[in-house]
Amino acid sequence: MAEVDIKNYNINFGPQHPAAHGVLRLILELDGEVVERADPHIGLLHRGTEKLIENKTYLQAIPYFDRLDYVSPMNQEHAFCLAIEKLLGLEVPERGQYIRVLYAEIGRILNHIMNVTAHGMDVGALTPILWGFEERELLMEFYERVSGARLHANYFRPGGVHQDLPAGLADDILRWCDHFPGTMNDIETLVTENRIFKQRNVDIGVVTAEECYALGFTGAMLRGSNVPWDLRKAQPYDVYNEMDFDVVVGKNGDCYDRFVLRIEEMYQSMRIIRQCIEKMPKGDVLSADHTVTPPRRDKITTSMEALIQHFKLYTEGFKVPEGEVYVAVEAPKGEFGVYLVSDGSNKPYRCKIRAPGFAHLQAMDYVARGHMLADVPALMGSFDIVFGEVDR
Amino acid sequence: MSNLETLDEMGQAIVGGLENAVHDYEVAFGELVITARADKIVSILTTLRDEASFKFVQLTDICGVDYPERRKRFDVVYHLLSLKHNIRIRIKTQADDETPVPSVIEVFPNANWYEREVWDMYGVMFDGHPDLRRLLTDYGFQGHPLRRDFPLTGYVEVRYSEEERRVIYEPVKLQQEFRDFDFMSPWEGAKYILPGDEKAEEGQES
Repeated sequence: MAEVDIKNYNINFGPQHPAAHGVLRLILELDGEVVERADPHIGLLHRGTEKLIENKTYLQAIPYFDRLDYVSPMNQEHAFCLAIEKLLGLEVPERGQYIRVLYAEIGRILNHIMNVTAHGMDVGALTPILWGFEERELLMEFYERVSGARLHANYFRPGGVHQDLPAGLADDILRWCDHFPGTMNDIETLVTENRIFKQRNVDIGVVTAEECYALGFTGAMLRGSNVPWDLRKAQPYDVYNEMDFDVVVGKNGDCYDRFVLRIEEMYQSMRIIRQCIEKMPKGDVLSADHTVTPPRRDKITTSMEALIQHFKLYTEGFKVPEGEVYVAVEAPKGEFGVYLVSDGSNKPYRCKIRAPGFAHLQAMDYVARGHMLADVPALMGSFDIVFGEVDR
Repeated sequence: MSNLETLDEMGQAIVGGLENAVHDYEVAFGELVITARADKIVSILTTLRDEASFKFVQLTDICGVDYPERRKRFDVVYHLLSLKHNIRIRIKTQADDETPVPSVIEVFPNANWYEREVWDMYGVMFDGHPDLRRLLTDYGFQGHPLRRDFPLTGYVEVRYSEEERRVIYEPVKLQQEFRDFDFMSPWEGAKYILPGDEKAEEGQES
């Protein structure tokens, strides 16, 4: 047979592709079915969040954090609030800290349900995402009951959280914790030991610990490669040091390990949620420093000073002393950091958002090389990428 | 988290070990910050990564900050993390829009996109970067949006044109004037003289 010169084949994965988890244009250079090079083009969801934050007061900037990783909104607000508090030297009342940890963990479960089930769907398991979304809806109801919004909560504030938990909510969360393992069990029987699922994921996208450091992997991606690194343990913030939970690690650093790890992390989050509700003290949820936090509603109607404070806070905002801090939280996707530079005015001078998904997606080229085209959706699923935070 | 003395010691060790490259160190808000020369950044990061007493094996972030009034108007800020010592470090260098900063892609492969982002947003060039394309902005975008002198609204807007049957770019037309509220109290932030204020000075003179 005559020798034929076979040229590599380029395909455009996206910008609209159901397995791209958003708007990603991934240009793949294929040799047959083997990926030779992957070039992700991001920025299709770029909204200029950092520029907008520079032009807003600190309080007005919080809602932008909900819109980054819209799968677990409160975790990001958490990082921004902690950064402001660090610059201000502001103490958060204990109950406020407990509520924040409680909701950060609810956010983690929200994220992991989405990721685990969408990962399943990417490789062909359609049912789990339908069951998972039912649970997500229940969790978003808990969001709604404290903040009034299912997704874009704007609930965490510098100095605590905006409102106390309404009556009966804690019991409902506990009741949900009792019922959720049942759903998880159903999902796991369908997916975890499933032969097809294993064939698509085991030994796909293996990264060693050394590669994880070099590629900037954090969170579940790093723990999947057997590195017990969790900011909640290593650099605890709020009341995480009083919580009893295990850091879950994987052994092989492949897609399957990361999947199983996220499932186990949900059980650990549920442990934290139970402890939070059990140990939560009574008291204020928001700092009483009214240059930063609004006075309570009943005060405003009776006290002139409170009315002035309220007006000043929501027009001029508060001033943050000059300085710069980097604060990171263990968001569900990895290390979510905020580098905040203040020039002493009421607006941030610079607010750089360090999104975990950004580092993970950038490694796509390195990890996908030599894999088959069909492995790319599995990789994308296990990288846990949401374009809100990658593009910012 | 590490206490302040270890940060202080580490800062001294870094300044001592990299005498020509590092200007100074500072511990502020419980964080270790070193200021360094931009042209020595590769050797600084290599030392910080490999030396057993530092072991900053992970590059967390690279970002730019713009100070238009300065001669070297940009800060390029590197954040590193040492998992062994559980310490973060911030390395600040200065740059302008003409002299390139050496790329640290050889030391940390994940610097790739971070440097592309800084180039895209601020226009700081990186010497030795294999693929310095724009990252987040549109194909064919002009300018560097995170510079302080770049307007919030940008210069162009896009829409689909029925006549031309394609997406077209047009200069930004604002339906109402851009509103930038000045909430600073007049007795602290105002750069203008309030009506009536001149009387106070007149009174002092007489």
